[in-house]
Amino acid sequence: MIQTQQLCLSYGSTEVLKNINLTFKPAGVTSIIGPNGAGKSSLLSLVCRLQQPTSGSVTLNRELLGQIKSSDLARKLAVLRQENHIVARLTVEDLVCFGRFPYHQGRPSVTDKAKIDSAIDFLDLQPLRLRYINELSGGQRQRAFIAMVLAQDTQYLFLDEPLNNLDMKHSVNIMQRLQQAAQVMHKSIIMVMHDINFAACYSDEIIAMKQGQIIYQDCPQMIMQSQVLEKIYDMPLKVVEIEGRPLCLYYR
Amino acid sequence: MHINNIADLELPDTVKKSHLRLKINLTANQRLCIATLLALCTCLLYLSYNVTASWEFTLQFRGKKLLTFLLVAIAISTATLLFQTLSNNRIITPAIIGFDSLYILIQTALLFLLGAMQYTLLNVYLKWALEISLLVLAASCLFQWLFVKKRHSLYLLILIGVVFGVLFHSLASLLMRMMNPAEFTLLEDSMFASFNAADPHLLLISTMLIGCIGVFVCKYHHQYDVLALGEAIAINLGINHRRLSRLTLIIIISLIGLSTSLVGPVTFFGLLVVNLAYIVSASHLHRHLIPMAICCAIITLVGSDVLLQHFLHYSVKLSIIIEFVGGIFFLVLILRNKIR
Repeated sequence: MIQTQQLCLSYGSTEVLKNINLTFKPAGVTSIIGPNGAGKSSLLSLVCRLQQPTSGSVTLNRELLGQIKSSDLARKLAVLRQENHIVARLTVEDLVCFGRFPYHQGRPSVTDKAKIDSAIDFLDLQPLRLRYINELSGGQRQRAFIAMVLAQDTQYLFLDEPLNNLDMKHSVNIMQRLQQAAQVMHKSIIMVMHDINFAACYSDEIIAMKQGQIIYQDCPQMIMQSQVLEKIYDMPLKVVEIEGRPLCLYYR
Repeated sequence: MHINNIADLELPDTVKKSHLRLKINLTANQRLCIATLLALCTCLLYLSYNVTASWEFTLQFRGKKLLTFLLVAIAISTATLLFQTLSNNRIITPAIIGFDSLYILIQTALLFLLGAMQYTLLNVYLKWALEISLLVLAASCLFQWLFVKKRHSLYLLILIGVVFGVLFHSLASLLMRMMNPAEFTLLEDSMFASFNAADPHLLLISTMLIGCIGVFVCKYHHQYDVLALGEAIAINLGINHRRLSRLTLIIIISLIGLSTSLVGPVTFFGLLVVNLAYIVSASHLHRHLIPMAICCAIITLVGSDVLLQHFLHYSVKLSIIIEFVGGIFFLVLILRNKIR
């Protein structure tokens, strides 16, 4: 269980996050939604120790993150940020192999190689296996990075807009597989999402943020109501039901 | 199957390029072996080519100079490679922070304050200790502030480096204008890199220091591979980023200070050999990159000295050639957009 206590972050006099008290469950898919600048990515960075909070704390199973050894933490919690620029010339396989670094420390064993193979298969990367990362398209690269964090095989997986750059087919495919990983392997997958329909369709829980605060934390059925969504996004929104699922129309 | 076809269609340029490129299919280890052999050959050639005096004298004389070359090659290439890994950028060198100018300023100030007589009589150890500690101190302050305390952008770092460089340079030229011509001639010698003047005792200290750093780098080379992926990914993969960056900065500063105090400033040399190593080694792992960069450095340094000594009869200075070739190589890299 990951918990945050009175988490605050400010840059100068700008408060980005204000007193966040949250609990992330150890299994299931959670989506974080909200307008631009709501503090979604900042929250993710703080919870994953990529950034230090101005005040407040984050605990994993009641232990402070700062007190857990960095290499141990890497086996319990993985994070993928929105933009990943790599200067070195790596193949897809090299990159996914780095996902096992917390276990092999540079010398991959047979088990590691098997995990790398299954992560590559899981994201349809077999044909691109030996291609260089910098020569891939945005969507292919995104899948390679997701394969890397999946190979890390952690209880908690934090993804910042995993569907960035992905086409419809791969978006659906990846969401299905992430949901499957959460259900079958009992992992907790926490994602920052922009497409609320995707979020509603695949999440067990949705956290809505606005102006650095959590305004809702509930199941998708409760969030997918026009009054609730209008309050989050400050715009008129219409929710319709198609095939028993709520769908938000926000195109006009 | 579909993905395969699409992937080929999307990147016609790279596909074309890979056809044009020479097909050399050697593993990273094989490439490293070849480079090591070449480096060894260059060293042997350097020691044995065109011996006119007695062998004993020649080996002793050239051996000392060769040791200087080796130490400088190891220090500069390792420092530049680690600095680029740490900053995730392939066109900067630790020299961009204005190191050369600071070195010249220290030299000038010493000479100015002590006068020509005292300067030449100054104890070499004392001078070395003074120079290296000033360099390390100044650079640590700058690096600590820029890298660890606040996460400033790389452009700011370069800008500040340039500004400090100009400041140090102006201060040095002010002092130069105030000193007499005899002192100035003495100073001119130390302003260009010189591989002849290194003191044997300094060589011993430097060898020991490089040995210690070598042990550390061997122990942590896997972590450097991860560090090269950028801060966020490195932290995600369990690297203690703060601690490793700090240690690495200290290593870089010591290596640069060491080589600068041995032979003087060599700006483009590190950039040249490290980028050469990226291209030649065909690997992203530091266990290949570091030795490859060192081999490239040895071949370049020792090889060009052989050329100078036997074919050009020292009509030009070694450092000038290195800066010249390094500068051209750098421009070519930028124009071909090989480095970002």
